[in-house]
Amino acid sequence: MTAAPARITAKKRLGDRLFSGGALTAGALILVVLAGVAIFLVAQSIPAFLVDPSDIKGEPDSFWAYVGPLVFGTVWAAALALLIAVPIALGISLFISHYAPRRLAQGLGYTIDLLAAVPSVVYGLWGAGVLAPAIQPFYVWLTENLGWFPLFTPPVSGTGRTILTVAIVLAVMILPIITALCREVFLQTPKLHEEAALALGATRWEMIKMAVLPFGRPGIISAVMLGLGRALGETMAVAMVLSPALIITFVVTSSQNPTTIPANIALNYPEAHGIDVNVLIATGLILFVITFAVNSVARWAVSRRKEFSGAN
Amino acid sequence: MKITRTGGIAALAIVGALALSSCAANETPSANESESTLSGTFNGAGASSQGSAQEAWVAGFQTANPDVTINYDPSGSGAGRETFIAGGSDWAGSDSALSDEELAGEFATCAADTKAIDIPTYISPIAVIFNVDGVDELNLDAATIAHIFKGDITNWNDPAIAALNEGTTFPDLAITAVHRSDDSGTTKNFADYLNQVAPDVWTEKPADPFPYQTGEGAQGTSGLVEAVKNGSGTIGYADASKAGDLGVAKIKVGDEFVAFTPEAAAAVVAESPLVEGREANDLAFKLNRLTEDPSHYPLVLVSYSIVCTEYADAAKGEFVKAYIGYITSEEGQQVAAESAGAAPLSADLSAKVAEAVASIK
Repeated sequence: MTAAPARITAKKRLGDRLFSGGALTAGALILVVLAGVAIFLVAQSIPAFLVDPSDIKGEPDSFWAYVGPLVFGTVWAAALALLIAVPIALGISLFISHYAPRRLAQGLGYTIDLLAAVPSVVYGLWGAGVLAPAIQPFYVWLTENLGWFPLFTPPVSGTGRTILTVAIVLAVMILPIITALCREVFLQTPKLHEEAALALGATRWEMIKMAVLPFGRPGIISAVMLGLGRALGETMAVAMVLSPALIITFVVTSSQNPTTIPANIALNYPEAHGIDVNVLIATGLILFVITFAVNSVARWAVSRRKEFSGAN
Repeated sequence: MKITRTGGIAALAIVGALALSSCAANETPSANESESTLSGTFNGAGASSQGSAQEAWVAGFQTANPDVTINYDPSGSGAGRETFIAGGSDWAGSDSALSDEELAGEFATCAADTKAIDIPTYISPIAVIFNVDGVDELNLDAATIAHIFKGDITNWNDPAIAALNEGTTFPDLAITAVHRSDDSGTTKNFADYLNQVAPDVWTEKPADPFPYQTGEGAQGTSGLVEAVKNGSGTIGYADASKAGDLGVAKIKVGDEFVAFTPEAAAAVVAESPLVEGREANDLAFKLNRLTEDPSHYPLVLVSYSIVCTEYADAAKGEFVKAYIGYITSEEGQQVAAESAGAAPLSADLSAKVAEAVASIK
């Protein structure tokens, strides 16, 4: 007889029903909130796309001419911040998970997590008041000695409030996020793989290269994407530290810096009214789309190796 | 230390009693009886430059008139005027007077067929602040300031600056001119001064955003002052009350170099002509920044309160008359001077303003 046995459903008690109902509600709620935000952004942005560009403050040639430098600035600042933060974060998390003695590792992990608790306004004040004046002599040295390099073309900013300073502040802000996630991922590496590598004669670094990093790659990508999300959306620190201008340039040491979308909204929203508010919200929609695209790429990269990932 | 259960409860009760007993005592109402008949909630909106002064004024007025609640929303001059015209607020604070276009339209808060008028209520001198090692005094004229902020003059030892400052040696230091990165009435008034006095240098029409793509931008008055303070070779413009102990430049008026004083700032407004073609009590000033009188300091910001000549709702008219009367009185202006560093209205200007306020119905 090949008839399949009758399906027996598991017995459900009240607790099961409540919990599964609660989990379903939470998931649905998140989707509803996300949909609400997306609908708000799209509805408020439509007038901005349809308006005559000469009505927008600053009279750009078109809405896209206005938002182009902002998109460039957002992506450029976030990319610089990642460039600075990711190697340091990987180094710290590897140190905590594989090199440090237990007590030191715990203390270091705790300290890094404290960095995440500092409000972004405080980072802005620190960046504008402490970091910028301190790093300005370094920028002077860069423009004088490496001025031929396109990134360091003179003239140099007199106060040090450039996009490179902003990138350093952003890097400090996203460091705890990336470090915390990578630390957990590296600690999940199967001990068997690590010990097999060591048994075959690998040194500590070779073991990490062979067993830990490939295993943790999807987790590292997730962590970096989370940090990138924060860097893309950071408002107050950028608004307070950066000296903005509406240009596209790769120079990182000058007074004229491309500004980011969230900082631009923060600076202009208080005095904006009418169609200018719609324009600002439309730039917010563009940022939403960029973040969505970046996260989709990240999820695709992670899903290619999902069978190896303990953190997927 | 062994804490028994009853001991713990007793300790909690004692602490609770001590903490809660401190709440009771200072709720007794104040003894003075005010004779105010005004009551209700009134809303104003507009210029953020008046923001801190409005807070002090609201506190003072509400203390004298306990049944009144006043809300002032510093949403910006443009938004404030729009809200007032649409009927969403009882008065507006604005760094610019009503334009002819706005006056031609309808005012929802006012009685039918009546218009609104502008009353100057807040005068603030703008200081040109600088931070150069070894230089304590600086004399500048409008053309030089315009060149510096446009980016034409780039070093402190430029001959144009030296020509105005005999006897001071300037270091070979690059100039970093800091402006406001957000929209600001301070920027507009600064640009208006340069545009009036040095029109061949400063060619852009004065507006809230800084027009040139040179120099550094900083957010807010405090951001700008911090940027000037933390940099070296920096120069900027800000509300005079926030200059702190930074060096302040003297501006050339006529043949002399004048430092800012509240009286000199108020004098410029009082002695400027009114905009033509307006209603009798509409005190919109066309600031004469070209004055040559050394008792004037022409780099000022004037902020108006825009009110109806006659209100559709008589209670609102009564309130606005009383409130604007308070803020433009000597007492009110002193309050603003202390809390926000404003320049009090001069005596003859006060008289004109009082007349305008008396005409509000």
